[in-house]
Amino acid sequence: MAPQAWYLILSALLFGLGLAGFVARRNSLVMFMSVELMLNAANLVFVAGSRDHQAARGTACALFVIAVAAAEVAVGLAMVLALFRLKKSVGADEARELRA
Amino acid sequence: MLSERFAFLLFAAIALVGAVNVVTRRNPVHAALWLVGSFLGVAGLFLTLGAGLLGAIQVMVYAGAIMVLFLFVILLLNLETTPFEGLSIARGASLLAAAATLALVVVPFATAKELRAPATPDLPELPATAGNVANALFTKYALPFEVVSLLLLIAMVGAIHLARRPRRGEPA
Repeated sequence: MAPQAWYLILSALLFGLGLAGFVARRNSLVMFMSVELMLNAANLVFVAGSRDHQAARGTACALFVIAVAAAEVAVGLAMVLALFRLKKSVGADEARELRA
Repeated sequence: MLSERFAFLLFAAIALVGAVNVVTRRNPVHAALWLVGSFLGVAGLFLTLGAGLLGAIQVMVYAGAIMVLFLFVILLLNLETTPFEGLSIARGASLLAAAATLALVVVPFATAKELRAPATPDLPELPATAGNVANALFTKYALPFEVVSLLLLIAMVGAIHLARRPRRGEPA
């Protein structure tokens, strides 16, 4: 059995990559993908903890995270579409004003 | 024993290579496809951890539904490859933030002795099978479960409203 620390370190690596992508990239679609990476890393911690404590509850929490991620993607992509209609670009720097 | 470690290393490598490419590819379609690879790697890790239900849900919901949504939107927008964004304050800050996260998380995890021990034996045997997860979902977490269904409904209505084309004469 691989030690839980391995899973936690891998999760931290995935989270760090997602964080770096979210901060460094200006394409809002890639920024959303980076958020997905971070949520996925959090899920990995939930499931690894679920295994080592023999509790199915962690897995249930991971299911909630997946549901929240799905809701976030649906609303986020709709916002990207609206931004593209307005500015003809998906660059996050284009969204500087609260009104069109 | 050894085979589980081998499976971990294999799937971890898949997930990490996918994640690196998501962040570094300039073409959003390539990034999305690498993200599918990363999600499949994590799904393999879920299977290695004995959470087969979550692995299946990961493949269906993440690698299936969410990524199809991403690809649909990318293809709908007909984007060209974005130019190299160049070194900037944001890029330096991102590297700093990522390094800080790693230092904060990896160092305590790698040194903690408790985390090296196998599963705690004094807890009741409750592996993450579909039945046990369902028991937790529909008893202890029944209220959050309902809240999540409401959240999904709200997200659906909000997404339709945001993506709708405004009628003629109506402000966007």
